[in-house]
Amino acid sequence: MSSDQLTRRGLLQGSAVLAAAAPTLSAAAPTPKTSGANAMMPVELTVNGREVHLQLDPRTSLLDALREHLHLTGTKKGCDHGQCGACTVIVEGRRINSCLTLAVMHDGEKVTTIEGLGTSDHLHAMQKAFIVHDGYQCGYCTPGQICSAVSVLEEIEAGIPSHVTADLDDVAISDAELRERMSGNICRCAAYPNIIAAMRDVAGEAKA
Amino acid sequence: MRPFTYERATDVAAAARAAGSVQGARFIAGGTNLLDLMKLQIETPTHLIDVNHLGLDRIERTDDGGLRIGALVRNTDLAADKAVRRDYAVLSRALLAGASGQLRNKATTGGNLLQRTRCPYFYDTRMPCNKRKAGSGCGAMQGMSRSLAILGVSDACIAQHPSDMAVAMRLLDAQVDTMSADGVARAIPIADFHLLPGDTPHKETALKAGEIITSVTLPKPIGGTHVYRKVRDRASYAFALVSVAAVFDKDGSARFAFGGIGAKPWRTPTADAAAKQGAKAVAEAALSGARTTHHNDFKKLLVERTLTSLYRQREARA
Repeated sequence: MSSDQLTRRGLLQGSAVLAAAAPTLSAAAPTPKTSGANAMMPVELTVNGREVHLQLDPRTSLLDALREHLHLTGTKKGCDHGQCGACTVIVEGRRINSCLTLAVMHDGEKVTTIEGLGTSDHLHAMQKAFIVHDGYQCGYCTPGQICSAVSVLEEIEAGIPSHVTADLDDVAISDAELRERMSGNICRCAAYPNIIAAMRDVAGEAKA
Repeated sequence: MRPFTYERATDVAAAARAAGSVQGARFIAGGTNLLDLMKLQIETPTHLIDVNHLGLDRIERTDDGGLRIGALVRNTDLAADKAVRRDYAVLSRALLAGASGQLRNKATTGGNLLQRTRCPYFYDTRMPCNKRKAGSGCGAMQGMSRSLAILGVSDACIAQHPSDMAVAMRLLDAQVDTMSADGVARAIPIADFHLLPGDTPHKETALKAGEIITSVTLPKPIGGTHVYRKVRDRASYAFALVSVAAVFDKDGSARFAFGGIGAKPWRTPTADAAAKQGAKAVAEAALSGARTTHHNDFKKLLVERTLTSLYRQREARA
């Protein structure tokens, strides 16, 4: 959206609507978690094992909360529309696009980012494997790739089928399975073959 | 994104009541489509009602042997559910053919039914679009319409319905269970849930203001061989140009539903009736009344070829 479409009048009108909506709301829906007009909302997250308390505009995506408010810049903003996967993080044990969800929707939940998987001194097995197999070039998509890759192995372990699974009840690792499951993570340097090699390595099935 | 107020709903009736009483309110579940559209200011809700904590995340047997799927069951969980894999494999297959792993972890059953079109003119706010802004015109008719619908279209709109899941739901004769703002529950057959564009393409479903989807119910299993074949521009993570959901019986009868070609998930009894005559006859019946553009006329042949491929695959296995 270009900035010339953002007018002072439009913003003021928006605020007026919100102000009018708020009293109706408190009458109609006495729910514990309701924001007022233009109000910041408290959000508690456990990020990489650490409890954090934030005051956020409800519009704040989980991605922006991580990057701009918690300064965890390992998670990357690529397209900001769920098409590239650079923003992939693990929430309550599942990989999601952090750009397509609001931080306030995850109040009370556990989030793991690339910073929580490993550190420079203690790399996660998948981080090590990406280095060994050269699973990146520019590195921008890598944090998302690694968060996704870790989750993919868990999803296969849990028996969750994919589009290329021939028998829905028999889920096993193969290159085709890994490629299909990683399709939500785009790598414009096309490190794909090396990413698959890294994943197979971690899964204990490295090809000779 | 325009400013909005936010509340986390704690029970279904209160959520429906709130949505009915606040103008500009929308439910948010997975948010994977809604937030995308809010960033582009195609959707501009003034209030979001977060329904993720309503407990509508269970899959249960119904008394008559069917399956009741909570509106908040995530695509991943529905596709992986044991009963769905065994008895409604076409639904698992359709779900797994859609989106990416990350999106399926978030996207919900109810939300998928409300997924909006991927017509590029709907997405481009500089272009006219009768669906986005009633009466503004249609940029697609004379524009790039390769991905768009050829069945159920009107002079006002040729947008395609993007869902894979809904095609399988249509094939399986699902019903959509809802609760309205005044607390009344009703069941809408999936065939009646999505509306054809006609003169009012901005009206997409039979839902009334404030009405919330609580579950989707499948009738008891129908047996047969379940297949979902999706043809798209890349092998994964792309919307369908054409998709076919089918259940074949041993005696050669079958039922078919189609994605990528309709203004809504497409099914016609005449296609099912032609099953024993083969792919060409099924395609001809399914495509009756098709209205194509120069760009998407290829879809007719693609439907026939996709069906031919399914029939050959079936013969090879027999």
